[in-house]
Amino acid sequence: MASSKKGIPKNHVIGFILSLVMTVAAAWAAIRSDLPVTWVIIGIMVLALLQAGVQLFMFMHVIEAGSGGGHVPWNMMFHGFALAAILVAGSLFTMSFGFDHGDHGGGSGGGDEQFEEQPEEHAGH
Amino acid sequence: MAAEELKTGPLEYRSQEGRMGILGFWIFLGAEVVLFATLFATYAVLFGRTADAPTPAELFEPGIVLIMTFLLLTSSFTCGLAVNEMRKGNTKGLTIWMVITLALGVAFLGFEIYEFVHYAHEGATLQSSAYWSAFFVLAGTHGLHVTLGIGWAILLLIQIAKRGLTNKTSRKFFVISLYWHFLDVIWIFIFTSVYLIGMVI
Amino acid sequence: MHITDILVTGEPIIYAAMVSIALVTVAIVFLLTYFKKWGWLWREWLTTVDHKKIGIMYILSALAMLFRGGMDAMMMRVQLAFPNLGFLDSQHYNEIFTTHGTIMIIFMAMPFLIGLMNIIVPLQIGARDFAFPYLNALSFWSFFFGAMLFNISFVIGGSPDAGWTSYTPLSGAAMSPGPGQNFYLMGLQLSGIGTLATGINLMVTILKMRAPGMKLFHMPIFTWSTLVTCFIIVFAFPILTVALALLTIDRIFGSQFFTLTGEGLPMMWANLFWMWGHPEVYIVILPAFGIFSEVIATFAKKRLFGYNAMVWSMIIIALLSFLVWVHHFFTMGAGAFVNSVFSVSTMLIAVPTGVKIFNWLATLYKSKIEFTVPMLWSLSFIPSFILGGVTGVMLGMAAADYQFHNSYFLVAHFHYVLIAGTVFACFAGLVFWYPKMFGHKMNERIGKWAFWLFFAGFHVCFFPQYFLGLDGMPRRLFITNIAEWLPLNIISTVGAFGMGLGFAVFVYNIYYSYRYSERETTGDSWNGNGRTLEWATTTPVPFYNFATVPYVDEIDPYVRMKEEGKTTFDETKLKPIHMPSYTGQPIIMMSFLGLASFGLIFEWIPVAIAGLIGGVVMMIVRSFDYDDGYYVSVEEIKRIERKARGL
Repeated sequence: MASSKKGIPKNHVIGFILSLVMTVAAAWAAIRSDLPVTWVIIGIMVLALLQAGVQLFMFMHVIEAGSGGGHVPWNMMFHGFALAAILVAGSLFTMSFGFDHGDHGGGSGGGDEQFEEQPEEHAGH
Repeated sequence: MAAEELKTGPLEYRSQEGRMGILGFWIFLGAEVVLFATLFATYAVLFGRTADAPTPAELFEPGIVLIMTFLLLTSSFTCGLAVNEMRKGNTKGLTIWMVITLALGVAFLGFEIYEFVHYAHEGATLQSSAYWSAFFVLAGTHGLHVTLGIGWAILLLIQIAKRGLTNKTSRKFFVISLYWHFLDVIWIFIFTSVYLIGMVI
Repeated sequence: MHITDILVTGEPIIYAAMVSIALVTVAIVFLLTYFKKWGWLWREWLTTVDHKKIGIMYILSALAMLFRGGMDAMMMRVQLAFPNLGFLDSQHYNEIFTTHGTIMIIFMAMPFLIGLMNIIVPLQIGARDFAFPYLNALSFWSFFFGAMLFNISFVIGGSPDAGWTSYTPLSGAAMSPGPGQNFYLMGLQLSGIGTLATGINLMVTILKMRAPGMKLFHMPIFTWSTLVTCFIIVFAFPILTVALALLTIDRIFGSQFFTLTGEGLPMMWANLFWMWGHPEVYIVILPAFGIFSEVIATFAKKRLFGYNAMVWSMIIIALLSFLVWVHHFFTMGAGAFVNSVFSVSTMLIAVPTGVKIFNWLATLYKSKIEFTVPMLWSLSFIPSFILGGVTGVMLGMAAADYQFHNSYFLVAHFHYVLIAGTVFACFAGLVFWYPKMFGHKMNERIGKWAFWLFFAGFHVCFFPQYFLGLDGMPRRLFITNIAEWLPLNIISTVGAFGMGLGFAVFVYNIYYSYRYSERETTGDSWNGNGRTLEWATTTPVPFYNFATVPYVDEIDPYVRMKEEGKTTFDETKLKPIHMPSYTGQPIIMMSFLGLASFGLIFEWIPVAIAGLIGGVVMMIVRSFDYDDGYYVSVEEIKRIERKARGL
């Protein structure tokens, strides 16, 4: 933290404003806009990921040399989020594939599409 | 164990013990990410399984959820300011900002309890269907974390009032600030993937 | 509520167990009182935060659990060999295979390995204790109370009976009412908290407390395996925590996650369970690989072949372990595409595992092997484990798995990997590091008897089970009086008793060695073959481990130290050592949480709340506790070191 001699540090204010703006944008996209549902979902998940980044990097000092933690904090966060994506996408993949599409349709169009989409949509949990 | 004590830098990083405590907490947060991810996965898989209960689209209202989100976002900001004051050595500033943070947290909890009670009146309870079980447990786990955080922060404010800012108290306070910001991260994902997507689909 | 509503009644075997539990408890209380050892027990053990003592407590508990799980196993084998004897009834049989599996994985394998890690890892990296000694004690007591809760189930309230996987809807409130399944849920939950805490604790210890100069790629391979294991623990255990919590809420508070009503999805339990369960398999096998690597390098008297490949293969195994969970339920019917994806990822794991096998063989190649007891366990591991591993690849083929699934072929497979891998490693590690823990070696001659009995018993027991499986005998079957199966079942039972005998000889060896073994005078117990820092300490290890911490900048630093005639001790560099104080808080806090769990098991909510309040009060007490430990003076260190080193 370089700029902490007086008052409120600039990057905290920027982070706060950014998170407010992104929240409003996500809410607008979901509630008011006429965008296709798939795009809304992808868009607001990306916004959520960006907001998580704001919290981690601007508020939580995830990379701060003085901590002596080296790469470990962001490493744990990165792998945590990667595993989160695996858990959510993998669960949806395993649990819905066979049941939603009555046949065993290995190559059916619907199944493939679903598989392609999930990792992105839910990459952020 | 308290091997090298640094003479400069933030108080919480000066002792080996402080650095290890904070690092350990980061690892714990990694585990927390997975904990919530499992709840999100359960929620996603059980989505739409509302049985005879109302659907989320019928019950979710943008207004109250946006208020809750802004409350929590602001509390994360004020919590960051409290840490900023701590690094300047200003106990009073820290206490003021943290009390504001906790007040916002209590307001958030109030809204969440109101929301849960409202849903229960409409016929959506923990027991009513798989979807609502997943919803209440996911949101409730987050709410429980916020509650524990408030209790924990109050204990720390008492300790800081008693002992001032030392290596140890600032390490403890830094750790709870990480926890508080992290709860905001989780809430953003609940807001997005539970409420917003629940209103879209 | 009447007492007979809580106690399990009507089974002679269980009455006998009750009587023996009561007698053993009375005997322990009597002995402690008679020899006036209560104060000693409290001061030296129950309140300790010393990693070496906590490790010993872990290992003793794990041996007790191995006995309990082994008794279950032999009762099952008796039933299967003599199905018409009426030895067990079907309910009792269900309970026994459930507790056998759960105890062996959760309360035997993991604590045994965590116990070895506790003792050895700080010594290997030149640390004086864990990063968080208080948390370490907390972990142990959470494991201990979790294990006790689970173990009393068979006399109080009734054991869980839905298998160690506890699949829903069978394990849900509708089909398994009563406290049985709750014992499973709360016992695992309580000990799971401790395991997660240990994972974090060891990770910070290894990352931050290594001797100066020791880079990650200078670390002994057992420490590496521990680090990778902790990484898996941190990311896998929260999944179990959530899965158990959801099922608990289902059972006690009426939610609908895994129910057949309210559009619940019972198969989601299997999904969550194995997302934890598969990484769990690697949590118990990777440290075993680490132990074998240490033992093989030591008694081949060579540096481990392919150190870097060993490390990277472990890391790759850890990453892959999160990508294969569906192979445990191929037959669920998720579809050919899903099964194919997970079939491929499963078979990929064989590659890094193969790398490790060849590295061990290459280490042995052209070396002067010394056939000590730990080396025998390690050498026998390689071919036995390959038998388990190759059948694992067979099971990993989704199409073929429809034939193998839940047959004795599967039972034989996972016993081959878990016993030849984990259990052999536990014995190898215990014998190998025994002198570091207790100051004397285990008797080699009796140790070899134990090894050969157990090893032969193991193969006689489990090899026929592959063929039983191929003959169509399903797992968890109670009545097996089919003519083609009977001979193989009888052979298998003979083998099981051979293993039981081997374990008995092993335990006898502990007693025999305590009485008669020569006491160690040097720290380097295995004829001076030690390669890593733990052998550079004196035996018994002083409570602060290292009076002066050595500078390390290579793999196997102790080899060069010995060549140059150096020790880790440098009297001119002595400084006061900071140590943490012992405290009774961990055991008290965890006994409160144990009480809370007990309340939840019987759904006595006031008891649960009381226990929870007690636990929270203890946490608040901890928060306000600013005990900073104490310093050991230079004079005292000098006195201890001079005595230990005979200076």
